[in-house]
Amino acid sequence: MGSVSKFLRGSGMRVLAAALSLASGVAAEQNDARGEAFPSTYRPAAAPPLAIVGATILTGTGVEIPDATLLISNGVIEAVGAELAVPEGYVRIDGRGKWVTPGIIDAHSHLGVYPSPATPSHEDGNEAVAPNTADVWAEHSVWPQDPKFRLARAGGVTTLMILPGSANLFGGRSVTLKNVPAVTTQGMKFPHAPYGLKMACGENPKRVYGSKGRSPATRMGNVAGYRKAWIDAADYARKRDKWEKTGKAGDPPKRDLQLETLAGVLKGEILVQNHCYRADEMAVMIDIAREFGFSIRTFHHANEAFKIAPLLAKEDICVATWANSWGAKMESLDGIEETAPMIHAAGGCAIIHSDDGLLIQRLGQETGVAMTAANHAGLSISRGEAIKWITANPAKAMGIADRVGTLEPGKMADVVLWSGNPFSVYALADRVWIDGVPMWDRADPRYQAPSDFLLGQPGQDFAR
Amino acid sequence: MIRGVIALLALAWVPAVTAETIAITGGRVLTMGPAGEISAGTVVLRDGRILSVGADVAVPADAKIIDARGKIVTPGLVASGTALGLVEVRAVEAAADRATSRNDLSAAFDAGYGLNPDSMLIPVARLGGITRAIATPAYKDRAGRELLFAGQAAAVTLDGAMLMRRGVAMVLDMGDAGAERAGGARAAQLVALRAVFADVRDYKVRRAAYDRGATRDYMLSRADLEALIPVVEGRMPLLISVRRASDIRDVLAMARTEGLKLILEGASEGWRVAGDIAAAGVPVLITPIDNTPASFEELGATLGNARRLAAAGVVIAIQGNGSHREREMRYNAGNAAANGLDRRAALAAITINPARIFGLSDRIGSLDPGKDGDVVVWDGDPLDTLARPVRVLIRGIDQPMRSRATELRDRYLPAVLSSANGEKP
Repeated sequence: MGSVSKFLRGSGMRVLAAALSLASGVAAEQNDARGEAFPSTYRPAAAPPLAIVGATILTGTGVEIPDATLLISNGVIEAVGAELAVPEGYVRIDGRGKWVTPGIIDAHSHLGVYPSPATPSHEDGNEAVAPNTADVWAEHSVWPQDPKFRLARAGGVTTLMILPGSANLFGGRSVTLKNVPAVTTQGMKFPHAPYGLKMACGENPKRVYGSKGRSPATRMGNVAGYRKAWIDAADYARKRDKWEKTGKAGDPPKRDLQLETLAGVLKGEILVQNHCYRADEMAVMIDIAREFGFSIRTFHHANEAFKIAPLLAKEDICVATWANSWGAKMESLDGIEETAPMIHAAGGCAIIHSDDGLLIQRLGQETGVAMTAANHAGLSISRGEAIKWITANPAKAMGIADRVGTLEPGKMADVVLWSGNPFSVYALADRVWIDGVPMWDRADPRYQAPSDFLLGQPGQDFAR
Repeated sequence: MIRGVIALLALAWVPAVTAETIAITGGRVLTMGPAGEISAGTVVLRDGRILSVGADVAVPADAKIIDARGKIVTPGLVASGTALGLVEVRAVEAAADRATSRNDLSAAFDAGYGLNPDSMLIPVARLGGITRAIATPAYKDRAGRELLFAGQAAAVTLDGAMLMRRGVAMVLDMGDAGAERAGGARAAQLVALRAVFADVRDYKVRRAAYDRGATRDYMLSRADLEALIPVVEGRMPLLISVRRASDIRDVLAMARTEGLKLILEGASEGWRVAGDIAAAGVPVLITPIDNTPASFEELGATLGNARRLAAAGVVIAIQGNGSHREREMRYNAGNAAANGLDRRAALAAITINPARIFGLSDRIGSLDPGKDGDVVVWDGDPLDTLARPVRVLIRGIDQPMRSRATELRDRYLPAVLSSANGEKP
């Protein structure tokens, strides 16, 4: 993680460096782990400063402040607190009776890569032709017109990580998006967010490739597949390093997209996002990471994570999971409602994720189910803590915690104003701001525009 | 392995308990029946049935008291389209009995057989307040033999006995899925269905001739033809899964000319033809959170569907999110309420409405004297994520408030708590 945060702070310098090397004609030698390729073109519009006054605010830092004020200016959080004066010239929004949270962050989404309507023409989430496709990037499959982006916005989601599917051992790179309407994917890309590498344990890879009569057909085949790939990656990274350290003399080793991504993980620049349900498999993955000297950022789905909660806390590996999903397959049979709260109680990084176009619209409710179930079971989880599972903690898992996930001064002003307690079924996102710019307003059709795809389609005649 | 299996069986085993006399006292009782809402009421159960409900009913001397002060009391919830009792693990063939690929069994397939009352899904659903369900068959097509009907649904009780009533509906997919089975076009399915109904009517009056081989050829097997007789007679409802507004109109027209009794399921674009559905007196089973344009037959899907259907006078029942996730049914109803459906109507959509739609309201769906003693006591709003059931009774018997999932939780919770405490000396 250290190198990632350093990179984030130094991003301006790197952009400059990229421009210079482009000029000198060695663009092909950029390390694309660092995000210079397909750069974000997202630029927030200018917006007047605003104050949300009188709301109950969950800051994402563990605190619940009643009757509080939030000040936003220049696209960032300026201040939050109970006794704040509203400066002259600020747009004043009445928050009385309402709740404010940081923008919701979904650490596991396939929006755009499995868009609606589902048709083979644009189901582009799994390059299921080989167990290692670390060379593919989810952003090249995203269809920005997916109508679900707007529905997720109406559910308060401001940032989301789009992952390749789980057919492969190495599914490819994830992309982190700001949930803003855009014609291009670059127009949604979260500036300088680190990449993730999607890996998958268990049933999916062995089923997909076993049914094709090739490896992996078993879990031991899965593990052999990971280890072979990391051996190649270590070799590649060594050769690249050697060339760089010896003054870049002679021809550079030829770039390899697949190995470049894996080498990016070994350098700590790309974060491993690992689909893995079972506790025993997670423990194996931790040992593989140790063998090859990288770290796993997050276990996704992870229905059995509660069985090894202290280990995961010690290893500082986040757990992105659900409250309600279980049992569709053997590896998810042991799913319980309290997985996230038990990770939290063990001192770990708990996340509620969606992996679904309906659930992404109500992550607060799913968190409410987990929180309520846990408190019935004798844990003591406050609302101030639980909101972290869909704000601060996914931000950490995605390597963007220095910029989003809480309402601390200086962070991007990604903010949701809820009609009520955000963990309740009755809470609706009244308004959503991204970088201080209004992006959703339940009372104003100007902020509800459907994607191009839905224009002129049947049944679009009222707010959905 | 063997030990694990035994543990599982032991867990799912519900011992036979004789229903005793129970008085649930002092709660806010939402009867969903003629007695309406009682702000501080008592529900008395005897011999598995509701003896009395009211603000001032006498508590029998021998009654076991369940103190519901500060709590909400509702009828047991009714899940209207599930795989409960038919599926353990969806991806495991041997653990899924919801469908057949046999050539000669489509309409005759009966979900009321082969039910597994020891299913580990049942306690999980029960902890979501669900006491009864409609177990519906599904399709398992084979190349070259696509089934027209999935088969017959059964009403089940989630207390270990399982079968409540067989043949409560005949399940049929139309729209995209039905068209695909009928050879790729909606028109093909509509024509095939009319031909099948004509066959059934012909067969009904020529059984003897059929057995002599003296009738024309029918499209379906004898068992399927038999199973469809109550459907063409309008006695067994045809439960049709359909989404597009125009498909719903086609289905209503077919039912009118064929004299069929209908239940619609899905109906994502139902709101666009809500007046037609209401005029036809056809009830609708919906999943109100289904608001994505997931296919070309539901581009008009919206969170406003439940509200708009109800406003037009359609009787709606709200469904859960599929077998393992039936417990989310009440949250789905809550989301419908958040999007404009009256809260009482939302609760009706998971209690009395599904009971009425499937012809079970003589037994369940509301807290009326004489009905079965299915009662849930909640510590808050039953539609909300922030509330939980604290007691679930089925036919007057207090159900265990645990499942395989809670057993797993309780096995690992101590280690989590001690590790947390260890970090904060």
